[in-house]
Amino acid sequence: MSKSIGGILKAVREVRGGVFVDHNKGTKDLEAVRITPPEKVVLPMQQHIGAPCVPTVKVGDHVDVGQVVGDSDAFVSSPIHASVSGTVTAVSDVKVASGKMVPAVTIENDGEMTLFAGIEPPHVETQDDLVKAVRASGLVGLGGAGFPTHVKLAFSPDKKIDTLVVNAAECEPYITVDYRECIDNSWDVLGGVYSLAEILNIPHVVIAVEDNKPEAIKVLKAIADKDNDHGDIVKLMTLRSKYPQGAEKMMVQSATGRQVPPGKLPADVGCVVMNVASVAFLSRYLKTGKPLVSRSMTVSGSAIAEPKNVRVPIGIEAAKVIDFCGGFKADPVKIIAGGPMMGTALVDTQVPILKGNNALLAFADGTVVNKKARACIHCGRCADACPMSLIPTNIEKYALRKDAEALIKSGVNVCMECGSCAYSCPAAKPLVQYMRLGKEIVREAGAKK
Amino acid sequence: MKNLTVSASPHVRSSETVTGIMLDVIIALVPSLVASVILFGFRSLLVTAVCVASCVVFEFAARKIMKRDVTIGDLSAVVTGLLLAFNLPVSIPLWMCLVGSFFAIVVVKQFFGGIGQNFVNPAIGGRIVMLVSFSSAMTTWTEPLTWRNGVDAATTATPLSILKSFDGAISSDLPSLWQMFLGIRGGCLGEVSALALLIGGFYLLARKVIKPTIPLCFVGTVAVIMLIAGKGDFTFVAYELLSGGLLLGAIFMATDYSTSPITTKGKILFGIGCGVITSVIRLFANLPEGVSYSIILMNILVPHIEALTTPKPFGTVKEKKNKEEAAS
Repeated sequence: MSKSIGGILKAVREVRGGVFVDHNKGTKDLEAVRITPPEKVVLPMQQHIGAPCVPTVKVGDHVDVGQVVGDSDAFVSSPIHASVSGTVTAVSDVKVASGKMVPAVTIENDGEMTLFAGIEPPHVETQDDLVKAVRASGLVGLGGAGFPTHVKLAFSPDKKIDTLVVNAAECEPYITVDYRECIDNSWDVLGGVYSLAEILNIPHVVIAVEDNKPEAIKVLKAIADKDNDHGDIVKLMTLRSKYPQGAEKMMVQSATGRQVPPGKLPADVGCVVMNVASVAFLSRYLKTGKPLVSRSMTVSGSAIAEPKNVRVPIGIEAAKVIDFCGGFKADPVKIIAGGPMMGTALVDTQVPILKGNNALLAFADGTVVNKKARACIHCGRCADACPMSLIPTNIEKYALRKDAEALIKSGVNVCMECGSCAYSCPAAKPLVQYMRLGKEIVREAGAKK
Repeated sequence: MKNLTVSASPHVRSSETVTGIMLDVIIALVPSLVASVILFGFRSLLVTAVCVASCVVFEFAARKIMKRDVTIGDLSAVVTGLLLAFNLPVSIPLWMCLVGSFFAIVVVKQFFGGIGQNFVNPAIGGRIVMLVSFSSAMTTWTEPLTWRNGVDAATTATPLSILKSFDGAISSDLPSLWQMFLGIRGGCLGEVSALALLIGGFYLLARKVIKPTIPLCFVGTVAVIMLIAGKGDFTFVAYELLSGGLLLGAIFMATDYSTSPITTKGKILFGIGCGVITSVIRLFANLPEGVSYSIILMNILVPHIEALTTPKPFGTVKEKKNKEEAAS
């Protein structure tokens, strides 16, 4: 186990590489405020990793808050619920943040916000109950990746899970919703932790927070130290404020010293990692049975008039959220769904907010550095920054000459696209793009065989 | 709303640029330039100006003729010009500088695709061509500090050629170690002052432009071998370290990004290799100095060194350990 200072753990093993990005967490003192429910919401059928959902409602149907509007037979998928009550006005393809066209259900809000009558707290005793209930809740990783949570929890019984890692690192700049979750809903966080540990029979829980958020550590520790924790199973861990501390594989390494092998899940090395907001949601869901229909997000950046943390219904238009934050105070040159390191740049703001969107950032000229891309000078900063020990500049070369064999050997599939390489590149190479290209080449080569 | 920029993540970048890095190298070379003017007079400034100007002009012309974007703005040609000049004796005829610059920039750098693509250090490439083409002019050394006397500068031997005949006793012809450290000795105009080179080296380390790995392994290896060769005589080792172009090479040339390995293990191998070759040439070859040759030979091996020292991607090393832990 790791060293503990004043009852707070330090990382068992430090993350290699990484970069020090300006935190810009200006919204950290702002509790999430509820937005006025919009006139309509658009609910894309794919808001998660895995099989897309199929609409289960048709135009003209009346739906209530929390009613299922899309589901799939596949296990790795997550149902979509109505986030307002009202009438289904369209079931059609819409454009989402990534630029893709995805089938979606549009609901016109009747302004009542009537809760679906079928909602009741789930009956959960065993792991199977929990997996079923979590799948029904529509919960996906709220940290951004959108991996269905129940899949993480459905590890086979022969895998001994000894550590639940609660990810409150929030290493992406600007975003403060996980921090607010720790402060404002700390009892939910701990409640979720104890439920999970009990149902899944996990002996250790590590809540990991970066050391630039001492308040969150203090609040959570105060609760964990009270009489609630009979078995003394919950430990707080501070991590150096270094990007990408909060990546799942990094969390496992910091908490246990173990490395998740390529293509494997944390469960394969005895860990379950969950985002802190997901844990808090789970706690509320087990009590009320209300599925995932809203989430908190940080709205910030140099072009936003009044940066805020906002609680929004899933499916609200991005433009509405920005309007709620006073609109633009300067012409935006770039708008990002998610954090500046891994988020997606938007073409316009007429896109719905998805379950995984933890931030909406808008930048005016000058704040997003757009260095001109130059020739690689082989300085090695990308390799130094890579937490996965890859050599991005070599992968770029292999990708450009479409050398699938060299790409596989280089470990391109281990890349999690954290962006540390491109961030640190003095020649401003779009290295993450080359990583994606490399993975695509490997996929194609595999398909041919 | 204007058109939004849509590009791949990450959307923020560090403030470091190629031009900024090259500017740092230039700043780090300034102390040595100042030292060379003090020691060898204003002609060293003239030689440097000719080398820098010709390198920039050749780079500009080569890019234009090859119909590629002009890259002189990245300042790498200025660095090459400075390093080439620092590897020349102060008395070098200026037209010979042009030959060196041409070879460095056009043949070594631009023929292979420009910045980042050259497989040997351009300045060393230029110097070696000059050394074999103009061996007499390239080995005529001016006595330092004599330029003020106004008369034709006296020529001198370099400490290395005196050390060559080391037989267990330090020759009285050698300058004192203190003089060696300050640079009051015969040699190329930018290589003589260890003090100035170290100031530049520490600046580069502080600015994180270079890592200490290569210089330490390079100089350390030479020290160890010379200690054995000198049968434990530390004074001899000190003379060897302060002589020739060892510090200039180890700090500024062997650390060239394009021609040194990215991996840490590779940097160690590269530094040790440079040190071994330099020592072998100094001890056993006819040549007095081996720093340039050692670096250029190791430059050629860099792709192989990198292939040998590529780290294992995350999670592929500890698989066994994970299993053991899970089992326990």
